[in-house]
Amino acid sequence: MPTEPLLVAEHLRLSFGATTALEDASVAVHAGEVLALMGPSGSGKSTLLHCLGGILHPDAGRVTYAGRDLTAMHDSERSALRRSELGFVFQFGQLVPELTCLENVALPLRLNGASRRAAHRSASAWLERLEVLDVAAKRPGQVSGGQGQRVAVARALVTRPRVVFADEPTGALDSLNGERVMQLFVAAARETGAAVVLVTHEARVAAYSDREAVVRDGRVRTVEYAR
Amino acid sequence: MSVGRALLGLLENGPRHGYDLKRSYDERFGTDRPLAYGQVYSTLARLLRNGFVEVESEPGAGPERKRYAITEAGVADVASWLAQPEKPEPYLQSTLYTKVVLALLTGNDATTVLDTQRAEHLRLMRELTRRKETGDLADQLVCDHALFHLEADLRWLELTAARVQQLAAHVRP
Repeated sequence: MPTEPLLVAEHLRLSFGATTALEDASVAVHAGEVLALMGPSGSGKSTLLHCLGGILHPDAGRVTYAGRDLTAMHDSERSALRRSELGFVFQFGQLVPELTCLENVALPLRLNGASRRAAHRSASAWLERLEVLDVAAKRPGQVSGGQGQRVAVARALVTRPRVVFADEPTGALDSLNGERVMQLFVAAARETGAAVVLVTHEARVAAYSDREAVVRDGRVRTVEYAR
Repeated sequence: MSVGRALLGLLENGPRHGYDLKRSYDERFGTDRPLAYGQVYSTLARLLRNGFVEVESEPGAGPERKRYAITEAGVADVASWLAQPEKPEPYLQSTLYTKVVLALLTGNDATTVLDTQRAEHLRLMRELTRRKETGDLADQLVCDHALFHLEADLRWLELTAARVQQLAAHVRP
């Protein structure tokens, strides 16, 4: 494991009204690793993921990405970083319904200034890599849940981000479809060298990770024992 | 299941006669299979030989009058057993349940016992998942069978972790 982590959360605290979601949560993500954040519902694992990805701002504590303080960045700077170096996959509902699957995958490249032709070429290659090139011309509403998630994974990876955040990416799929999505997702992420931070409550999904961190009551527990 | 460790753990509350110890074990862990007296005394004899318990004799001592007390080495043995995860396998629940109850009784951290076991289960699940990637369909099905069983164990671990406070109140009223 490399010595210098790529993404570090230190002593994060975040409350939503009277509810404390994170209470002194700390975790480090290394370049290229697949880290599973596990824990029961309401433990704070999704909140931690959103803080790591710069979507939520903690009340206290710090998130550092490649040595830069994400929590001190200006909103526009953080958005630019999210578009170019971070990728996101959610449980469902993330694809733009009016666009075709190909256009959905091409969208982040277009937002970053790529030409239509170059963006579509790259998007096609990613759809093929995720074994869903056949749905390129369809809209998200016309494809199955498993196909939609593969399109979402392609869209998250198309910009070749250094970290992909995935929040229950197979939560709405059956076992077989969920497995195939995880296999393709993790293999593709490893090919590009992207780190993956994966929130899941399913052990069989977490088994695709390199290591896990357990979130309980807003804190991260790591367990080491002598073999 | 380690009867010896369970008896040792029960002795952490104070010295007891063999008979008391058996009754206490049966109440907590032996509802399906109570301990035989022979097993209680042979186990205590082994613990005595290993220096994990010592005997406090009472006046007029027959075998029933011996009181067994846990030694420091015995306390350390229980703690190290609790700290090590079990080899993941189906039908492990009785051992894991015993560990959790004993952790609560002995003032060890029961949540750490559960999390340590979870880490060991996941380690094996990762290994099986990797084997599945490279194996043929038969390998995949064999691995899937094991994975589903391990997942069921993990759900139990998670549920128990969520109920540790409740269980603590139950075992230490």
